[in-house]
Amino acid sequence: MDWITTVDHKKIAILYLWAGGLFFGIGGLEAILIRIQLIKPMNTFLDAQTFNELITMHGTTMIFLGVMPVIFALMNAVIPLQIGARDVAFPFLNALGFWTFLFGGVLLNLSWIMGGAPDAGWTSYTPLSTTQYSGTHGVDFYTIGLQIAGLGTLIGGINFLATIITMRAPGMSFMRMPMFVWASFITSAIILFAFPAITVGLVLLTFDRILEANFFDTSAGGNSVLWQHIFWIFGHPEVYILILPAFGIISEVIPTFARKRLFGYSSMVFATILIAFLGFMVWAHHMFTTGLGPVANALFSVSTMLIAVPTGIKIFNWLFTMWGGQVRFTTPNLFAVGFIPTFTMGGVTGVMLASAPADFQFHDTYFVVAHFHYVIVGGLVLGLFAGLHYWWPKMFGRMLNETLGKWTFWTFIIGFHLTFFVQHFLGLMGMQRRVFTYLPNQQFDLLNLISTIGAGLMGVGMLIFLTNIFLTSRKPADAPDDPWEDGRTLEWTISSPPPEYNFKQTPLVRGLDAFWKEKTSGHKTMTPAEPVGPIHMPSATILPFLMSVGIFIAGLGFMFSRDDFGNAFMGFMFNNYLVTAIGLVITFGSMLLRSLYDDHGWHIEPEELEGR
Amino acid sequence: MMKTWQAGKRLLPMTAALGLILAGCGREDLSVLRPQGPAAESSFDLMKLSITIMIVVLLIVFSIAAYVLVRFRRKPDQREMPEQVEGSFKLEVLWTIIPLILVVVLAVPTVKAVFAAGDDHSNDKNAIKVKVTGHQYWWEFEYTDYGVTTAQDLVIPAGKDIAFELSTKDVLHSFWVPSLSGKMDTNPDGTTNRFSFSAPNEGVYRGKCAELCGPSHGFMEFKVKSVSEAAFEKWVNSMKAPAVLPEDPALAEKFKSQCLTCHAAGDMPDLSSAPNLTGIGSRESVAGILLNDDTGVDGAPVLENLKTWLHDTAGVKPGNKMPDPKKDMGLSDEEIDGIAEFLAGYTLD
Repeated sequence: MDWITTVDHKKIAILYLWAGGLFFGIGGLEAILIRIQLIKPMNTFLDAQTFNELITMHGTTMIFLGVMPVIFALMNAVIPLQIGARDVAFPFLNALGFWTFLFGGVLLNLSWIMGGAPDAGWTSYTPLSTTQYSGTHGVDFYTIGLQIAGLGTLIGGINFLATIITMRAPGMSFMRMPMFVWASFITSAIILFAFPAITVGLVLLTFDRILEANFFDTSAGGNSVLWQHIFWIFGHPEVYILILPAFGIISEVIPTFARKRLFGYSSMVFATILIAFLGFMVWAHHMFTTGLGPVANALFSVSTMLIAVPTGIKIFNWLFTMWGGQVRFTTPNLFAVGFIPTFTMGGVTGVMLASAPADFQFHDTYFVVAHFHYVIVGGLVLGLFAGLHYWWPKMFGRMLNETLGKWTFWTFIIGFHLTFFVQHFLGLMGMQRRVFTYLPNQQFDLLNLISTIGAGLMGVGMLIFLTNIFLTSRKPADAPDDPWEDGRTLEWTISSPPPEYNFKQTPLVRGLDAFWKEKTSGHKTMTPAEPVGPIHMPSATILPFLMSVGIFIAGLGFMFSRDDFGNAFMGFMFNNYLVTAIGLVITFGSMLLRSLYDDHGWHIEPEELEGR
Repeated sequence: MMKTWQAGKRLLPMTAALGLILAGCGREDLSVLRPQGPAAESSFDLMKLSITIMIVVLLIVFSIAAYVLVRFRRKPDQREMPEQVEGSFKLEVLWTIIPLILVVVLAVPTVKAVFAAGDDHSNDKNAIKVKVTGHQYWWEFEYTDYGVTTAQDLVIPAGKDIAFELSTKDVLHSFWVPSLSGKMDTNPDGTTNRFSFSAPNEGVYRGKCAELCGPSHGFMEFKVKSVSEAAFEKWVNSMKAPAVLPEDPALAEKFKSQCLTCHAAGDMPDLSSAPNLTGIGSRESVAGILLNDDTGVDGAPVLENLKTWLHDTAGVKPGNKMPDPKKDMGLSDEEIDGIAEFLAGYTLD
């Protein structure tokens, strides 16, 4: 119950982590099944329909429900601590964001047991995703599930923007913010601009499917390519929503374990902003073969290549952060150090893809699959592993086991390269992506076998990580405040895990890497910016949970509103939109309750603070 | 341990690459890395340029990374603080400018090639015009200047530019012959695409559908047959010959009433709802994926393939639109085999 009603950012972070971990596990299992099917030519392990459902759900789950929540978990856990705040700007909204994400994700995955998962690819290109060619409710689960989950992301993004703008501790100017906060700030801004696009797209597709609108139906005056524009004008920035937080994590971990400040901090900030800006300018590079014509192809080619410049700045700044430092190879740093060459490899294939005439060959082949897995797994997932190992003691008060951590790293990264490096060649040799099997004697056989073995090894790496978490959770929570000993930022100044109010007294920030600055000036703790006083806390509430339940019910009701149940009561409830109405009444009723009942929260008194 | 890791990491891709080069980098009739026509060569040239640039970039990054990780390891007795360097304006400008130059080096030929690939041959008198229509899960090729329509095997004269007009009857597909050219999507009416390529060398090339189009997406394959000009003319003429029917009148009646209601053959009307059957016995494959090969190395004889297909259409190509000859059309096993034998013998001279 405590977990359902909590509005504490640290607990919400843990909720995001477990929920994201669960979906990540589901997405990982889907990946393993896909790789087993492709282990040999003309394999019959899965049928074609199931395979298409698996690739669709693997992509959708990993992007929206697997890695994004883990990013949100870290952002929730770390941002308020790094900026010296007691919580996020809107704790109630924070909880609401989590619950809508969770119920959206649950709705999407219900499709496995409720008559067919989405099967039109994670991009859901029309007309394949229309009711005419995708007859099950699969794509409805996709549109409505993602719509609900997307609400949560948008709420979270806005909340982080407000938090970072308004709640920084005294003295923490924008140019003194830790790089992870900067990355999260830019990420949140991208969310704010990109998610409305997918929201609109999903509404239009829902209307086409459920209300028989014709936005994407060419025969009725619509345009099927329109969906691709809407999807990618969201979808490309989404890539940066994923990778920028990883950049932020790497920029925290590497300085800590090199015992040096980040090389070229201001150029890092500038590069991050530039990447975000360019990220919105390049969506059509996913559509070179759609037939946009040479002018558009040339423009989008060049603008895409430009992204290499700020990304290159970041890579070299990380390398030169370690130059002249004292590099320690702890588990988080292993992942961070492994990230640099791996991500660079994903980056350079990105530049190769940007060249439109060459992309006519790369597009929709395994070369592309290899490229974006190098970026998303080799970049983001390695970044998340670095971040999780790095902040685990702060989140849970327990150090993860270093030996198991190193085993996780080696099995995962070797498995990763084994899986995806060979896929570049598969693509160049003519293997298109999203095929459920392939004819023998095309020289695809051996490379696919290698790839599947690699995927298994990555799975082993994940299992070692889970074992590590399990074993660690049985140990006493005795991590020191600054467990890595060279912590540079504010989160390491308070106990692990932090008390529910984070900072007894808001710290005074006197420079970049606030804690490091105090340490080098011979201080053990931060100088407080205020006297000890009563701390205002928000009340726990179940309303965010109820609101999300309501939206979930409304979504299900809307999806099945045209179905024939062969049951008078069910038909009556669904076909007259009564289920939808009940859901909306729950949601809006909760909102009304929230508006009418004025909750002032509560205070922790100074005596109580001193008593601890 | 770090040192061996770094060295291994650098050697692994190189040895893998070397191994693949030795293996020939795929089949000549399929691989992007073994281009057989000017369009594919243009893509391949850009790929070689970009791969070279990128390998240089990777080598620089990997070497700096390896050096840093080995040289600046923390030693057990190190207690003093490393110097806290703010950055270096000069260095940062350097690694902004160098990538910019590299981008320009790649961007200029890219833009050139983009506009070259945009060349439209649809008004070129010397080009052969072909309307390509994608269907779940087969390809229709209409030679507009010759009044000939065929399916699955695109026959073209070697060396001539082929001007394609691409569209789809249902969902999006993407028309791709890796060794001859990059791919182009087939969109619904209103967003019809045009592009062209040529195949200077005679031969058979493997084509694929590259855009997810349903369960049998992976099986939506086709062949491009590049033949001599004389052979092409001969092929066009024999395509226009009157339809051949089975000799047995009962079977001929079945064939007409059951098969030709969707399929076309010879001079029989083309309804475009199913592949044209004219000369199906001479094609490279049945249903695009059952390869016809009398030696049995890469497939089976055409008769065997036709029987496999007609007895189990859903099993061979899941989700395809053809009714099952036995269950849906009420043909007996003997009739199916008879039609298969007839079709196997329906060849063009």
